[in-house]
Amino acid sequence: MLLSNLETVPGRTVVEFFGLVSGSTVRAKHAGRDIMAGIKNIFGGELIAYTELLKDSRDEAIDRMIRQAQGMGANAIVNIRFSTSSVAQGAAEIYVYGTAVRVQ
Amino acid sequence: MPLETLFQFINLAFIIVPIIIGLVVGSLVERRHYRSIRRRETDTMAQPAVPLGLSALSGVTIERAHLVTGSTVVAMDAFKAVLAGLRFLFGGRVGGYESLIDRARREATLRMKVAAGDADAILNVRLETFAIGGRFGGSGALTSVEAVAYGTAVWVGSGPKR
Repeated sequence: MLLSNLETVPGRTVVEFFGLVSGSTVRAKHAGRDIMAGIKNIFGGELIAYTELLKDSRDEAIDRMIRQAQGMGANAIVNIRFSTSSVAQGAAEIYVYGTAVRVQ
Repeated sequence: MPLETLFQFINLAFIIVPIIIGLVVGSLVERRHYRSIRRRETDTMAQPAVPLGLSALSGVTIERAHLVTGSTVVAMDAFKAVLAGLRFLFGGRVGGYESLIDRARREATLRMKVAAGDADAILNVRLETFAIGGRFGGSGALTSVEAVAYGTAVWVGSGPKR
């Protein structure tokens, strides 16, 4: 599956459009990570556990979007956008969407 | 009575000590992070990451392209959190937040470049930020921020680069 956040896949011609595909996931941080993050909030710096958590969530959302596109018979997704929203204290929703197309 | 005073002192220490640690360690961490960011930005200058589409590479054949992302979560130290809290009383520029978000965005961009490997350029770069509330400094106060950078890494074919 070719992924791109441009309007096309560079160097390829789009032959068929399938429409919007999206994937989302809601993840909560667990208490252990929260305590570690609390300590890190004294010193400042990167919260590696959170970085990993959100990165994993984003990968999963992308996977779900890819599966939806595969189901349509697409071989590329263009114009991909990410968005994150806070659904509750300590939980985040990662949403990714794009346009499923077939390229040569 | 002396026992009560001792407890009060311990309570006070629980507030003061993190602030002092934050002031000392936090500023050290930030200075080191900025040094590292500036060094890597200079090192990766040859690989442009631009918020432009394909128009940036008109007349060039592109061999390969795929989506790349980079992200980080950066936390603010306790001292800056307290300073920011005071800022909300008086208003004005909140320097602690400015540097926090700046560091997160630049770090995310650098990680995106690492993910792009030997790509010639990254096009259509988008930056997203997401505030993560913490416990320190009251409920829901911003203490850390996530930045995500993403774009399409492109490898150009033979011919003039850029």
